Amino acid sequence: MIYGLTLLFITLSGFAQMPIFKRYYIADIPGLGWLAKFYITHSLHYIMASVLLALGGYAVTRLAVSGKGLSSLTFWGRAKGAIILGLVISGAIMVVRNLPGIHFSHMAIYVMNLTHLGLCMALLAVSAFTLVARKPWMH
Amino acid sequence: MSKTMSRRAFLKGSLSAAGVAAGSLPLAKAAQAAAADAVEPLVTVIDISKCVGCEECVYACRESNAEKFPEPEKPFPRMYPDRVPVQDWSDRREVTDRLTPYNWLFIQHASAEVDGEEMELTIPRRCMHCNNPPCVKLCPWGAAKQEANGLSRIDSDICLGGSKCKAVCPWDVPQRQTGVGLYLDILPSLAGNGVMYKCDRCYQKLEKGEQPACIEACPEEVQTIGPRSEMVELAKKRAKEMNGYLYGLAENGGTNTIYISPVPFDRLTFETGKGKPHMKPVKDKMAQGSNLARAMVIAPIAGAAAAFGKYYKRIKEDRS
Ligand code: SF4
Ligand code: SF4
Ligand code: SF4
Repeated sequence: MIYGLTLLFITLSGFAQMPIFKRYYIADIPGLGWLAKFYITHSLHYIMASVLLALGGYAVTRLAVSGKGLSSLTFWGRAKGAIILGLVISGAIMVVRNLPGIHFSHMAIYVMNLTHLGLCMALLAVSAFTLVARKPWMH
Repeated sequence: MSKTMSRRAFLKGSLSAAGVAAGSLPLAKAAQAAAADAVEPLVTVIDISKCVGCEECVYACRESNAEKFPEPEKPFPRMYPDRVPVQDWSDRREVTDRLTPYNWLFIQHASAEVDGEEMELTIPRRCMHCNNPPCVKLCPWGAAKQEANGLSRIDSDICLGGSKCKAVCPWDVPQRQTGVGLYLDILPSLAGNGVMYKCDRCYQKLEKGEQPACIEACPEEVQTIGPRSEMVELAKKRAKEMNGYLYGLAENGGTNTIYISPVPFDRLTFETGKGKPHMKPVKDKMAQGSNLARAMVIAPIAGAAAAFGKYYKRIKEDRS
């Protein structure tokens, strides 16, 4: 439940980093105007990322202390975990880039942006599939 | 300040200095100098009390950067939905009284009342080259970048013209030209709208160890460029000498442009609006993100601690 809501808001605020919600009238829908406010969605994306990281930390620790580790995860569970790990890594690199005084090469910035976007699409696709096909995370 | 001194101060901050120094100094010292230069950005100090509004800088900027200006293809592809604005400056290239894709620097005419007398001032305006530039950091395509020498620029080969950089820029600096760039090759009707243009601090000249065109062309030596620490010191010293005021030192968390004015900036009146930036105080727009970033480091640890706590409690319960 928390995971689902976090995923919803992190994706919304993530997509809001692209200037599309205003162009396509979505920000005109009452209650959704914030989606076109870049500084608000930027902060929200960071906050949701923190929640996701906390959930991740929780889940990984539980797997570790259960003694079963990765073997308790299904194939799709592992796939989603791997994608989320990729999102965390590429996201973390971009968070560091956004700090003052950090300069990355142009190529690095470009590749990170595309990787993050690509992995997000992959996670959405896989999550939609596992939801519909009822594939659980754990055995 | 004499031209030679400003030039020397500038060269010290440019990368070419590393090469010059390597020839004349012991290697260790040169390496040290290069390392220091690499971390210290270049700052321009703009003394508006000296500017006479001749626009030499404006025309020098155009000439020096003419090759980078957009050559849009017409007719423009129809864009959906209809609200997407076509921004076409290609027939109005001569406009010099505001920022446009063909005019990256303009002279703002300001007036102020000093001791009951009206005073006219002219202010060269262009991108401030923020220390932590939102235009660069928040571009969703990675089309913009900041170089170690502090300049920020938008790559016209990658930019899709979504104008987010302008929306997040505290001074609305970048300007759009429709009908050019990468979006034409992707989904021209549905995404993108051209390319954003702004001052790139004449990076092609800096790379050769030359000064930006506007600085070189100014007959009044209004601008001085050099390493940050020296320029901050210079700006403060000059401001003290004329009982003047500074703008840019703290704005948006600090910029690599510092204006010196003989009158307080909030007492200058001038036209602002589209392509004509204000000179109001600006809070650090990226600060909130930087603070949240710190919280992000703690988040997974907190999550892990919660899981561990639960596990520990269960074990304890099992034992008892
Ligand atoms: S003034 Fe605007 S365009 Fe220039 S670096 Fe700052 S945010 Fe970017
Ligand atoms: S630094 Fe170069 S690009 Fe920027 S305003 Fe001056 S001449 Fe134009
Ligand atoms: S060339 Fe110098 S004096 Fe002339 S308008 Fe530009 S900054 Fe002012």
